[in-house]
Amino acid sequence: MTEILILRSGFDFNGIYGFFDEFMPDSLDWLVFLITSLILAIVIINAVVLSTALLTWFERRLLGRFQSRLGPNRWGPFGLLQPIADLVSLLTKEDTIPEGADKPIFTLAPIVFLAPALIVFSVIPLHGGSFLGNLNVGLIFVIAITSINTLAVFMAGWSSLNKYAMFGAMRAVAMLISYEIPMGITVVAVALVAQTLGLSDVVLAQDIPYILVMPLAFLVFITAASAEMSRTPFDLIESDSELGAGYHTEYSGAKFALLQLTEFMAPIIVAALVTTLFLSGWRGYGPIPGPVWFVIKTFIVLFGFVWIRASWPRLRVDQIMGLAWKGLLPLSIINLFVVAIEVFIFNPGENGLSTTDLWIMTGVNWGVTIIAIFAIFNLLGQSKSERPVPVISPLANMYANTNTVKKITDLAEAE
Amino acid sequence: MYGLGLVKGLMVTAKNLVLPSRMMTVQYPNRKVGLLGLSKATGVPLPKLLLKDPITSVKSLLGMAEVKESLPQHPRFRGEEFSWYEQRCTGCASCAKYCPLGIIEIVTSESGDQMQEGQKYHLDKFDIDIGRCMFCGLCVEACPYDALHMGSGFEEGTYRRQDLVIDKRKLVSAKKTPSTWFRPQLASKKYDPHKGKNVKWDGAGRHEKPSLEQQQEKWAKR
Amino acid sequence: MPINTQPVTINLGPQHPSTHGVFRLRVTFDGEQVIDVEPVFGYLHRGTEKLAEERNYVQIVTLTDRLDYVAAMTNNLAYVRTVESLTGIEVPERGMYLRVISSELQRIASHLIATGFLLDELGAFHTPLIYCFRERERILEMFEMLCGARITVSYMRPGGVLQDAPTDFWPRLDDFLTSMPGYLDELEGLITENEVVLARTRDLGILSAQDAINASITGPVLRATGVQWDLRKAEPHEVYDRLDFDVPIGSVGDTFDRYYVRIQEIRQSLRMIQQCVAQIEPGPVRSKAPYFIRPDSVDAYVGTESPKGELGFYIVSDGGISPYRMHIRAPSFINLTVLRELLIGWKLADLIVIFGSLDIVVGEVDR
Ligand code: SF4
Ligand code: SF4
Repeated sequence: MTEILILRSGFDFNGIYGFFDEFMPDSLDWLVFLITSLILAIVIINAVVLSTALLTWFERRLLGRFQSRLGPNRWGPFGLLQPIADLVSLLTKEDTIPEGADKPIFTLAPIVFLAPALIVFSVIPLHGGSFLGNLNVGLIFVIAITSINTLAVFMAGWSSLNKYAMFGAMRAVAMLISYEIPMGITVVAVALVAQTLGLSDVVLAQDIPYILVMPLAFLVFITAASAEMSRTPFDLIESDSELGAGYHTEYSGAKFALLQLTEFMAPIIVAALVTTLFLSGWRGYGPIPGPVWFVIKTFIVLFGFVWIRASWPRLRVDQIMGLAWKGLLPLSIINLFVVAIEVFIFNPGENGLSTTDLWIMTGVNWGVTIIAIFAIFNLLGQSKSERPVPVISPLANMYANTNTVKKITDLAEAE
Repeated sequence: MYGLGLVKGLMVTAKNLVLPSRMMTVQYPNRKVGLLGLSKATGVPLPKLLLKDPITSVKSLLGMAEVKESLPQHPRFRGEEFSWYEQRCTGCASCAKYCPLGIIEIVTSESGDQMQEGQKYHLDKFDIDIGRCMFCGLCVEACPYDALHMGSGFEEGTYRRQDLVIDKRKLVSAKKTPSTWFRPQLASKKYDPHKGKNVKWDGAGRHEKPSLEQQQEKWAKR
Repeated sequence: MPINTQPVTINLGPQHPSTHGVFRLRVTFDGEQVIDVEPVFGYLHRGTEKLAEERNYVQIVTLTDRLDYVAAMTNNLAYVRTVESLTGIEVPERGMYLRVISSELQRIASHLIATGFLLDELGAFHTPLIYCFRERERILEMFEMLCGARITVSYMRPGGVLQDAPTDFWPRLDDFLTSMPGYLDELEGLITENEVVLARTRDLGILSAQDAINASITGPVLRATGVQWDLRKAEPHEVYDRLDFDVPIGSVGDTFDRYYVRIQEIRQSLRMIQQCVAQIEPGPVRSKAPYFIRPDSVDAYVGTESPKGELGFYIVSDGGISPYRMHIRAPSFINLTVLRELLIGWKLADLIVIFGSLDIVVGEVDR
């Protein structure tokens, strides 16, 4: 009975609220609200934590294969129980707080870090609607909520009275704020094309996935997003070769577990967002249901993240800031500008842009993307990669004491 | 240039992802195997395996059955358990003298028993403190009678440091799988200690054991 | 309103992921900028030079394994060459070839480690490092065939090498020589053209040829500055004068050059080994030398081109069975003399990379 009801009304806030409201007196509305929230909270937290656990396994296993080693393989089939073993190990460790640390903030930081990540999940549309129903300002909500992370990282770094942590925190603040700007501007472009701010409506508007329509926006978004979650090549917040562990140097035990959990949650959130905004969300073909499409697409994006993590080194802090302000910001503005003009020309009515319009936009945007990227690379000086030819310094002659003087003439001739 | 180098890097890692031959690590000490891997590793044909050991088969379907595995080692590997032959050792203490760390302790007394060739001390004590040993093998190099050989294994972990002192009793009772390091006589016999075959004291020497006639002849000449 | 700022002093190390062991740098930062560096070392001091005074000439070989513990073969070579020059012990032909083969293999292994860790410090998530270790593993397996150990080899003795290579060593070596260039190309594909690597390492920590010579720097760090100086050519020992090889040099002297010189040296080493395999002939590998060596001459210094630079041993003898005094000219240690000048003005991330590109091993720095 309940199952049918939930399915019919959609598993979201309104649905559950309506289900309980039916047999509760009006005076108990607050109770209904509470129950609904609790149920949702439990469902979201469990779903997110489980998928995060799966992601840690997936990432470590895949990284292992990329690096021609095995990855976790001891616990359970194919090491699937490894996250649980890790969790037990972390929770049983002593939870230390360094002497001189700002205790309340130190304790609060992991929670502030975790909460926004969980909240964002409530608006991601898995199929038609999200846990919170179809929030009509979903895009703004997501952008607003994710920026709380900056605060948490700074709290953690500042309060732990550790210079490495402080370095990580300062870097985090500078970097995360810079990258929020290009990210926000690309999201505006998406909203402009979709003519809506609701995440579900963005998906519904994507007759052509926006990765095709706006490749430039996709590139900027995914770069900015990987900076936002501080992954390679932007992982300087916790760059292990420089800072040891960055902002969570002093954390251990359960608090560290929370921080790690959130850190691994971030790729899922970003991948889900990318899927929603650019890969047409749950929409797919054939008999495969929507949520499955959604998960497949998310996993493809996650695979890309892991692949990049396995392949590239990290940029320096000033280069990262330079990339944000000199590279991504102009690119995102160009993209917004072009898209705005196109939308202005096509002048969509009530039903949004037609498929033909989108195809035309696709063609134009690809051209703009290629030109813009070339221009930016040239401006940033990447084309000047020629190195001077090595010249033998006259300061030392290693053939002085040997009979192989002939060699030197050989070399001179070769040059 | 223009990000092509980055793409090239991605291709390299992708190549390593898809080519299983690039994998260099092994699962030690046990390898998790699937059903086919299990029948291959144990040498039991698949149907027989299913009938004989259904529990392990189900486990292996989950990828949880285990077979022993370790990296192959060359016979020359200078391993942990020294192979020492009391019959060969004369108690000359060359090994103790040559050890750079001085961790071999030998206490001898007159044994009085006349061997066929010369006299031999009685060994009261022969301790090697392998907790401090660096397995350089100088003691083995020094032994003039091929009594001391390097071992072949490395799995001798203990919980207490005293247990790492291998004394005469342990040395005598230990498995005799000497490494062929600095022992060309063993290498020329293609001896591989990792196959687990023991070498008797009379097979470990530089010279063939003289036959009875040869011995008699030698004694007769004296 | 003026903002009050003050420099931050950080202890980088002795326990830090990127200090190549237990090395400590007291760094003063202005923001991310390095304004002062004070290297503090001695955390891995084991008194090798003093220990050597109580051991005989063969036993010291085991001590040299532990100097630069990623290049034990070349340490052995440098030491036994000094003893040979002290005593005049001859080395048979095949012994010399085996020495060259093993020490060139060791050079490859050491440069692979240097490259891998440099990339690790650049922030590549261990992938190049593990690829490098994978190839190094094959070298270590060959060392196991030669001498039964992988890291602390103790393979060479005054008067040759300990024992001849087993028969199954040569096919393995051939296999390695044929496949290694391909793997090296692959590794380069991951690194050499990577924009991120280029942006991070190019024109970073430039060392001029003048400064390098003044600071007595040797090895790939010197060659990266454009000075063509290699003891294998300058004072050919063993059979190096029979081998045809180039000495690669860098153009600018920056971090990228230091990396790239190492990669090119690996290729040259492969070339050398190939020629050695073609030239080697059967014969004895070790001349008859007494176990307790009593040298006639008083002292000897011999420098050998180790992967890190000129590794020299200076031995003073009083005619006894152990040296009266032994001094080690450790290239890692002497290459560190320019560290302060190289680092000041760069950022924290660059500090790690420049420090990594010098490729030190603390076992050798502290001895
Ligand atoms: S292997 Fe070396 S350290 Fe160990 S007992 Fe023999 S000589 Fe001593
Ligand atoms: S050197 Fe050989 S024979 Fe002499 S005491 Fe040692 S083990 Fe025995």
